[in-house]
Amino acid sequence: MSIDYSQKIPNNVHLNDNKTLQRALEHWQPEFINWWQDMGPDGSQNFDVYLRTAVSVDPSGWAHFDHVKMPDYRWGIFLNPAEEGRKVNFGAHKGEAAWQEVPGEYRSNLRRLIVTQGDTEPASVEQQRHLGLTCPSLYDMRNLFQVNVEEGRHLWAMVYLLHAYFGRDGREEAEALLERRSGDADNPRILGAFNERTPDWLSFFMFTYFTDRDGKYQLCSLAESGFDPLARTCKFMLTEEAHHMFVGESGVGRVIQRTCDVMNQLKTDDVAKIRAQGVIDLPTIQRYLNFHFSVTMDLFGADVSSNAATFYTTGLKGRYEETKQTDDHLLNDASYGVLEVNDGKLVTIQAPYLNAINEKLRDDYVVDAKAGIERWNKIIQKAGIPFTLSAPHKAFNRKIGPLSAAKISPTGQVVSEGEWTHQHLHWLPSAEDRAFVASLMGRVAEPGKFANWIAPPARGINNQPVDFAYVRFN
Amino acid sequence: MNAAPATILRQHLIDPEICIRCNTCEETCPVDAISHDSRNYVIDAAKCKLCYNCISPCPTGAIDSWRNMPADRAYPIAEQLLWDSLPGQIALDQGGTTGAGTEVGAGNTAGETPADVAQIAAASTAGQGGTAPPPWSAAHPYVNLYGIHQPAVATVSGNFRLTAEDASSDIRHIVLDFGNASFPVLEGQTIGILPPGLDANGKPHHVRLYSVASPREGERPKYNNLSLTVKRVTEDHEGKAAHGIGSNYLCDLKKGDKVNVVGPYGTSFLMPNHPGSHLLMICTGTGSAPMRAMTERRRRKFSAGESLGKQMLFFGARSSGELPYFGPLTKLPKEFIDINFGFSRVPGEPKRYVQDLLRERGEDVARLLKDENTYVYICGLKGMEKGVEEAFTALCQANGLDWNSLRPQMLQQGRYHVETY
Repeated sequence: MSIDYSQKIPNNVHLNDNKTLQRALEHWQPEFINWWQDMGPDGSQNFDVYLRTAVSVDPSGWAHFDHVKMPDYRWGIFLNPAEEGRKVNFGAHKGEAAWQEVPGEYRSNLRRLIVTQGDTEPASVEQQRHLGLTCPSLYDMRNLFQVNVEEGRHLWAMVYLLHAYFGRDGREEAEALLERRSGDADNPRILGAFNERTPDWLSFFMFTYFTDRDGKYQLCSLAESGFDPLARTCKFMLTEEAHHMFVGESGVGRVIQRTCDVMNQLKTDDVAKIRAQGVIDLPTIQRYLNFHFSVTMDLFGADVSSNAATFYTTGLKGRYEETKQTDDHLLNDASYGVLEVNDGKLVTIQAPYLNAINEKLRDDYVVDAKAGIERWNKIIQKAGIPFTLSAPHKAFNRKIGPLSAAKISPTGQVVSEGEWTHQHLHWLPSAEDRAFVASLMGRVAEPGKFANWIAPPARGINNQPVDFAYVRFN
Repeated sequence: MNAAPATILRQHLIDPEICIRCNTCEETCPVDAISHDSRNYVIDAAKCKLCYNCISPCPTGAIDSWRNMPADRAYPIAEQLLWDSLPGQIALDQGGTTGAGTEVGAGNTAGETPADVAQIAAASTAGQGGTAPPPWSAAHPYVNLYGIHQPAVATVSGNFRLTAEDASSDIRHIVLDFGNASFPVLEGQTIGILPPGLDANGKPHHVRLYSVASPREGERPKYNNLSLTVKRVTEDHEGKAAHGIGSNYLCDLKKGDKVNVVGPYGTSFLMPNHPGSHLLMICTGTGSAPMRAMTERRRRKFSAGESLGKQMLFFGARSSGELPYFGPLTKLPKEFIDINFGFSRVPGEPKRYVQDLLRERGEDVARLLKDENTYVYICGLKGMEKGVEEAFTALCQANGLDWNSLRPQMLQQGRYHVETY
């Protein structure tokens, strides 16, 4: 499954054998590059960045490191190898051979799933395009750009599916993916979280930890799809997505580490004194965490959703680790707990499992996200500081679904409008918090040097030393 | 007591402090050796085939963690699942029996260098024109504490093969424990081994000299032990079959066996101790023993957070499988040591010797040579001397230095040390 780099568009899908598709994609390619130049990382296109590029999809080949200029990054189309005799593993078509072509009756739903996923990829590049100007180190700058080019590649992956399997509609959708803009009032990105700003590096790390993790769970459930090309595409994207999780988890961890170090030097937990030292106090980190966690909760969609049921029953989108679940994979008679507000309290009611597929994925996500928060707590514990970070309740600060009508505290209490107004600044970052964090941002671009508010990483990238020149300016 | 030497397993582990639980490794593993619970990702040593497929996909590097363990004591999955952090590397002889203790009798504490030891020492330093002074900041070495007539008795506490099972050479890491006998050594010193029995003429065997491969605090810190790197000699320099008395004796030792040891020897091939001193080390095969001792000394300081000068190593062998300590060396952080391997017998690849590596890195080597805090150590087969000298001459010329005037200057300052055999 090695990748043909001699072609204009590197790929392992024998693009050369399908001239129509090849021409269509070669037509889209310059539009993508234009978009990258306009909306990709600001003022950084001429840097030599130590990037990982896939040279094949087998384990030995897809982590090839070298200094490259981002516009020269070889974006291409890589699918995991086909699995012999793969079946549809859930829903009404369970047991049938997996589809190599789009079933006509599911065409529009499948296209919608792919477009929604595809839209998040360029959106996050747009959200993060100014961060290079305030990177806390060359190491972090490199990690940002690696995330960015891989989001670009994930866009390619979705565009390939649109071009290859959805004809003219697909081509139009592919163009629209380059036309929408994150945060644009007239032509915004599809999902709310992808129209939020990513104004500072704490937000970026929180975003890669929480929001990219939603991406991981969405990809995991699409990797179960009965539509085999989608499954194979998402499988390979997941391997790249892991790097984004790493950037988020280690980034927040290093911010915490630095704060704890300073707290121990000063022997204080006084927020004003800690901030005076130019590091981010733990309560502010908790508020950022609350914000990004809750915004991400909304990305899983409505708690009870007939669309989700349809996607599942028709075999388009499975659950997380579908094939490892021990039930009948049909779920016709099963139920699943979802939350609703009843009599001023949050209660769990049983909904038909099929309608609660989103909730199931959200719950799986919460377990994973909480485990990482516990690892951050280990850093705090190790420093001997009596403070514990925690995930807010999954009903906290919701903007979509029935829970958005209620005001719910981070601990899951239904509170009055007045209470919310009074308390929410303790729960979510205030304008002042954001201004403080923003005041710390400034570019550190000397190898081995780190901004004052973040600790160096435990290891470099690809076993390189921490003071390696991960980015070279020209 | 005469159990067979334990085999050492290079156990593949995941660092739980760095791992982000992304599942990529578990997904990648072709033999399902990797599994997880809600806490940790772990590797089953019995299933892992060391195929390395999981290494490059890991986004964090957490999967690139290794510990040398006696094969029967590999960390089980149940234990790994409970870890909050990776345990340190245990000393290879840990858990072994300690020596019975060797008394130091009166009259043993001072002695003269035996004639055959002096002869070997003279031959080994001939390449540099006789013994050079030690670096000015070297620690004071003890020598000749034990003579042939009253050797120290050490107990073997470990004997492990370092080269791959299919490698043509059998190179071993042998740990000797001195119990409560005083046997202080410095990195770069040698000790003498007295093989038991008589030679063909009915006389006791000559002393066999071996460089110490462990740092001054011992193979296992705070234990009174040291290690040797010994190659089983089965042919002579011309390739004719020959049975090396000393090396075969040592390589066949079992845990608990007693060994007569004399020495220590060596007052010249010692490492500098002042901050900011650089080590430029060039070796082949078991010539790596003193380099391993020096590197390990500095690695421990590095792990303790001390700031050090540069370490640059050029290491030649037939292939990676024949290169003692290859695995551990490749795991050293690049900011700690700059390692250059040259292999001369890799099928389908051109032969690369240490002198080729020196030329390739000429600019960096020259930069080090220009620094008066740089100390050069060369150890290995006699044959390497000429090539290394030529490489130095060439790379100096290319970088504005004159090797012919630099060399005697470095020798005089105790900055150039050659030991070849």
